[in-house]
Amino acid sequence: MTFKILRFEPQKDEHPHFQLYRHEPKPQDSVLEALKDIRDQQDPSLSFRYSCREAVCGSCGIVVNGRISLSCRTLVEDLASDEVVVEPLPNLEIQKDLIVDLKPFWEAYRKVEPFLQASGDVPEKGHRVAERDMEKVFQYITCILCACCYSACPVATRDERYAGPAALAKLYRFSLDPRDDRPFSALDRVDGPDGVWGCDTVFRCNDVCPKDVRPADGIEGLRRKIIAGKTKRLFRRKP
Amino acid sequence: MLSHDLLIVGGGLAGLSAALSADPGLKVGVISKVHPIRSHSVAAQGGINAALANHPDGADDTWEKHAFDTIKGSDYLADQDAVELLCRRAIPAIYELDHWGVPFSRFAAGTIAQRPFGGAGFPRTCYAADRTGQVLLHTLYEQAVRHNVTFYDEWLVTDIIVRDGKLLGLLAYDLAGGEIIPLRAKAVIFATGGYGRIYLRSTNAYINFGSGIGMAYKAGIPLKDLEFVQFHPTSLYGKNILITEAARGEGGYLVNAKGRRFMEDYASKAMELAPRDIVARSIQTEIDKGNGFEDQYVHLDLRHLGREMILKRLPGIREICLHFAGLDPIDRPIPIQPAQHYSMGGIDVDATCASPVEGFFAAGECACVSVHGANRLGGNSLLDAIVFGKIAGESASLYLRGGPPEAGGDGEMEETARALMSRMRSIHERKEGENVFQLLNRLKRLTSDTAGIFRDSPTLRRGLDELAELREAYRRVFIYGTCGRYCQEMVVFVEFEHMLEIAEVILLGALKREETRGSHFRTDFPKRDDAAWLKHTIVTRSEKGPAITYRDVQIGRYAPQERKY
Repeated sequence: MTFKILRFEPQKDEHPHFQLYRHEPKPQDSVLEALKDIRDQQDPSLSFRYSCREAVCGSCGIVVNGRISLSCRTLVEDLASDEVVVEPLPNLEIQKDLIVDLKPFWEAYRKVEPFLQASGDVPEKGHRVAERDMEKVFQYITCILCACCYSACPVATRDERYAGPAALAKLYRFSLDPRDDRPFSALDRVDGPDGVWGCDTVFRCNDVCPKDVRPADGIEGLRRKIIAGKTKRLFRRKP
Repeated sequence: MLSHDLLIVGGGLAGLSAALSADPGLKVGVISKVHPIRSHSVAAQGGINAALANHPDGADDTWEKHAFDTIKGSDYLADQDAVELLCRRAIPAIYELDHWGVPFSRFAAGTIAQRPFGGAGFPRTCYAADRTGQVLLHTLYEQAVRHNVTFYDEWLVTDIIVRDGKLLGLLAYDLAGGEIIPLRAKAVIFATGGYGRIYLRSTNAYINFGSGIGMAYKAGIPLKDLEFVQFHPTSLYGKNILITEAARGEGGYLVNAKGRRFMEDYASKAMELAPRDIVARSIQTEIDKGNGFEDQYVHLDLRHLGREMILKRLPGIREICLHFAGLDPIDRPIPIQPAQHYSMGGIDVDATCASPVEGFFAAGECACVSVHGANRLGGNSLLDAIVFGKIAGESASLYLRGGPPEAGGDGEMEETARALMSRMRSIHERKEGENVFQLLNRLKRLTSDTAGIFRDSPTLRRGLDELAELREAYRRVFIYGTCGRYCQEMVVFVEFEHMLEIAEVILLGALKREETRGSHFRTDFPKRDDAAWLKHTIVTRSEKGPAITYRDVQIGRYAPQERKY
């Protein structure tokens, strides 16, 4: 089989280029296993990220034959093609070969205050949370922060200030959590075109998410919360 | 030069827990060879133990009972004072994690849910479906973001610089920059994780080379009980991805090719929920006897749990099976085999996480306190990382409060960094030599063949002989890569040297320990021997090679007895 892999060392190369490798993967091999074998046996200079190899650490987001996915979970035989084209995640700067700079992604993440804000001391026997309420956040906690949604998002592509699907879904996860005491005004920071109103609702994030988080549900949820909160505020102001 | 009061190496649970408990007035930095949330802690599935007594069947659970189960599970090699500390601190630790945002699954009463796990008398394991490690790691990272912890992401620590017993700092390879950089520190906490990937079959992440353990050893810090290697009973056949013990905790069966629940022959009371050493050995015995499928695996059958239970409690396991084995555990049994999973041994530290070198602390899987002894119970590793990570942060802060002398030694550190760079260059200038990735594969085969589930003297000796050959081959290694940035070949080159040390200490400890205890099964000495071997193996590096001494186990209120399940 032919593996056509994008190579780029910005300190030396003027432009990225494709390099071809012949490699016969073993049955059931993932694209990640194939890449590792190519590196170990043919070209140790090839760089790419990985860690858990079981789709839970979020390191190995990549484009394989045009599709954004995790290299560890994409089986070569499932591609049903003699040629495997491997490229880095789009819309992010290439640091080397298949490794991209996730700085904008992490900056967006930090901006939403992605941490539970429970007031007071630790309750003596823990928080009491209804089973159903806790399970509501489960959809969002499966997010592995792989940035596949971010790099697929057409809004994030054209506007670096846009928070992007993962960060917004993360904020929604906390706003759903009964233990969280952040004030409603904490949602103000995403109440604009850089936040929830920037979303084009084309749902590319839902399509590419390898963990079925459906981040757009989170964006929708935040929009509803913001509108409901504003409505409430409006009525409260009236005598 | 970069300078910190406290440098924490490793961004997994133990490292982040340490960072959060360290005195906020200190200048703390966390160095991690991957982004912290890519650390292997993320892959833990089943849960974390604490005697909360929330389950109706565990209403009279106490931390003392948790301690007893842990000690019995350890085959009495754990230090009982340290185990009591772990189990006592478990309870407030869980409530704190809950307060920080860990979305623990709940019981109908709104309390934190608990499930049964192996080797435990009560349902004691707190969980968030089967993604417990992921939610813990993400939550601690979130809190670290909240507290503005300084991170050095994608920096690989290559050396600990100690001069005349005094800690000066660390050297690190900055992957994005491609340089070796010295960092000065008054105190260091190693939270670098396990060495699973020195084995052929491991549930561990690809990055788990365990070089932190070897690095500490090289710097003169002793290693403890390294011969105790945990093999997890249930890894997915082929890929060796972990299939959580919770699958058995929720009621899953182990079945051989004859359709029998064979655990009846090995642990008739606890059955599938016997401790991991016993279950892993039983599975391997069945396979070796010809009762496995294709002589390779047995079945973990969840079908009788029903669709709803699997979707609710084990969604991650189902996802793994669908994507990596092309089967749905709702309809078909899961093919499983044992695989290396955890290191009970590690850097020799006491219950304050302090090592014999002043200012050097360690916590989590890379450390050995010891709370797991000869066999760790499921649900105790996340707990160990959280509790002892926290203790390490507290201990290091206390140490720094005493105002340790300014380390100085900048010139020496820079010189060491330059020496490492020029060593790299000289290796790179070689025209030919050994490929480090191929050496790594040879090492994996060696440890798997000679220091696996079943051990005996001739095989262990062969392992040591072959290891000496491998060491020779490593001297001839050469680096092919032409670029210093994001060079995984360089990472493996650096870590491999430490992996050789780890393998040697495992093999040597296993050869010397002429008894069977917990995970260490000697076919030529199949009985536990408390008279001769109720003691820890301590290995220190010397000019002449590894020097072994032994230290008595701390026995408290639980006298060693025969282990029956």
